[in-house]
Amino acid sequence: MVQVPHPAPPRTPTAAPASPRATVEARPAVPSASAAPTPVTAIGPERLNGAQSVVRSLEEAGVEVVFGIPGGAILPIYDPLMDSTRLRHILVRHEQGGGHAASGYAHATGRVGVCMATSGPGATNLVTPIADANMDSIPMVAITGQVSAPMIGTDAFQEADIVGITLPVTKHNFLVTNADDIPRVIAEAFHIAATGRPGPVLVDIAKSAMQADTTFSWPQTLDLPGYHPVTKPHAKQIREAARLLATARRPVLYVGGGVIRSGASAELRLLVDASGAAVVTTLMARGALPDSHPQNLGMPGMHGTVPAVAALQKADLVVSLGARFDDRVTGKLSSFAPLATIVHADIDPAEIGKNKAVDVPIVGDLREVLADLLPELAREHVQHGKPDLGGWWKQIDDWRETFPLGYDEPEDGHLAPQHVIQRISELSGPESIFVAGVGQHQMWASQFIRFERPNSWLNSGGLGTMGFAVPAAMGAKVGQPDRTVWAIDGDGCFQMTNQELATCTINDIPIKVAVINNSSLGMVRQWQTLFYSERYSNTDLHTGHGTVRIPDFVKLADAYGCVGLRCETKADVDATIKRALEINDQAVVIDFTVSRDAMVWPMVAAGVSNDKIQYARGISPAWDRED
Amino acid sequence: MTRHTLSVLVENKPGVLTRVAGLFARRAFNIHSLAVGPTEHDDVSRITVVVDVDALPLEQVTKQLNKLINVLKIVELEDASSVQRELMLVKVRADTSQRTHVLEVVTLFRAHVVDVVPDAVTVEATGSPAKLAALLAALEPFGVREIVQSGTVAIGRGARSITDRTLERAARTA
Repeated sequence: MVQVPHPAPPRTPTAAPASPRATVEARPAVPSASAAPTPVTAIGPERLNGAQSVVRSLEEAGVEVVFGIPGGAILPIYDPLMDSTRLRHILVRHEQGGGHAASGYAHATGRVGVCMATSGPGATNLVTPIADANMDSIPMVAITGQVSAPMIGTDAFQEADIVGITLPVTKHNFLVTNADDIPRVIAEAFHIAATGRPGPVLVDIAKSAMQADTTFSWPQTLDLPGYHPVTKPHAKQIREAARLLATARRPVLYVGGGVIRSGASAELRLLVDASGAAVVTTLMARGALPDSHPQNLGMPGMHGTVPAVAALQKADLVVSLGARFDDRVTGKLSSFAPLATIVHADIDPAEIGKNKAVDVPIVGDLREVLADLLPELAREHVQHGKPDLGGWWKQIDDWRETFPLGYDEPEDGHLAPQHVIQRISELSGPESIFVAGVGQHQMWASQFIRFERPNSWLNSGGLGTMGFAVPAAMGAKVGQPDRTVWAIDGDGCFQMTNQELATCTINDIPIKVAVINNSSLGMVRQWQTLFYSERYSNTDLHTGHGTVRIPDFVKLADAYGCVGLRCETKADVDATIKRALEINDQAVVIDFTVSRDAMVWPMVAAGVSNDKIQYARGISPAWDRED
Repeated sequence: MTRHTLSVLVENKPGVLTRVAGLFARRAFNIHSLAVGPTEHDDVSRITVVVDVDALPLEQVTKQLNKLINVLKIVELEDASSVQRELMLVKVRADTSQRTHVLEVVTLFRAHVVDVVPDAVTVEATGSPAKLAALLAALEPFGVREIVQSGTVAIGRGARSITDRTLERAARTA
């Protein structure tokens, strides 16, 4: 086929220089944080077909990696894709894996993840990862093939209205039937995905548009008159927040995933130090502030630490930074943080006041919010002095001392899952990336791994997608090849997406998978233990010690060309983890057979007040009556 | 719950109505009436939605609407400061003995007859929802055979145009 010449001679962009509209500029193929801004070289027009235009657009949007699977309606794109020297396409084994891999890549690198699928079932298989990315604000662009424009709406072979299907689970989506629209739409898709509150954008392209002749030019003028994310916070609200923070006696910073997405960890650290406030980091924000920081109380919510949950309940000021008062954090909403004045900063105005009434709303990018808040807080301190938080910290330290995170050794002689996860954290170190599925192992991972840096913890928080870990770890490893990437997975989760181990082996993506194998759907089983009289309906998976082991995870790993290890005794835990850490040319799967009776504690039962947190089964802290 | 009239300016693109209507459906808000049409700008359409909803959920749905990429602006129009109109076509039984009486009602309400056959007339009327309800009540005794009614369209009183202001803002901040 004809190789498209590029870079083509420079061309004046379509927009006049005075145009106030935004443009998306060409990016260097390998951007780095320290790289000086590259001068924009206008590219085009090039004569080509729609499929080539898609590939050229992805190249100019700065894409390096695409996770996908071809099929009939997207075949035209896969032809020029084969010749692209700037795009690496990784052939996954299931579209869901491709979608989560794009998420993992995006989460680990902070860049837009890209996945690709054909029409119909290919596209519908992407729905789960798209919905997942939407809930967790992950920047992602999904490209799907659609049947030819004249066939749309005729129930053609492999036709699905994927734009209609993904309408409520995308930040935005497009149907392209005219090849001339391809560069503009793809530029808009990347702009929307990456800016404001990040999220997934789907671009559905009719096969007829891929096959039509068109021209390609870049940069693109964006035509988005209804899209203006507010990043600069309102000065008056910032002053009010600073005043509250300087005068509160029991302040808590309630840090959410927005801090990670906005890359505001450094600014957060400054605010934490300046304010002296207690800090809780939600499931999505683990690592936003190092766990070693003395003011970090850990995770709040249903399985949060007692100090984190208690601090929110007793706080007189809660400053929410990029969090969304999710039901898993607040428990029964009406009794959440009952004594607190609420400051809520978020880039998405729709989050503010959605669940909890807010006293000081701040709309803006958290980096700018925190950067503006710091000097205002310093000014308050100069004027009024720093507040005395000694009493507050004494109370918090009491909780920390009385209710530290911990676990009991199982009585059945099997491994304690918490111990396994803690040792993985300690032996692998904070420079690693840890990816979890959903369930008990996810909660233990968020509790017992020591996170010291942002983007080192990836999980499916909002949607709670079982099967997230293996493909997301794969995507993270592609984006951060020099880091050790662990998928901490459950035996239930692992069986949902482990086909991507084939992708890992074939494409040399050496992730490490720790299957926390309790031979059951553990979190569901825990609820059956606690709330359904120990009637274990359909939660036994028969994968563990003393069972038929269907499947045998070690044999399964072997079949996929991975190294399979099994660990059944506490004495072997360290050696097995070390062995896995030594293997860097192959994916490793470790089957840790853990006790199925281990439960996640502390716990606030669904729908009850956070005041009723149980430290362990039947043990609740006795709160001071004076509050 | 109270009744609210929202004017939603949107980009004139396929699928926008679905996106807007979908948000109302997700929160289980009943759309009382809906009208969509062109504006003085080719690339802007205007959706007028009348919903029964409390103030707090309305604020949330307005914020969610604002998040839609194709939505340019949302304005709530208050009864006192806006003009709200519906169009109704109603087919009334009216033989020769009744026709004069029917026409009397039609004249009283400043409506028009747009079709006549020996045993029926079709009446066209525009007005506020209250006026149309009154007209219907007056025609009821003759025998109403068929009604078709548009959604409410509404415009703010005074010289200002929400469309112009929206487009100016879009040009400034783009």
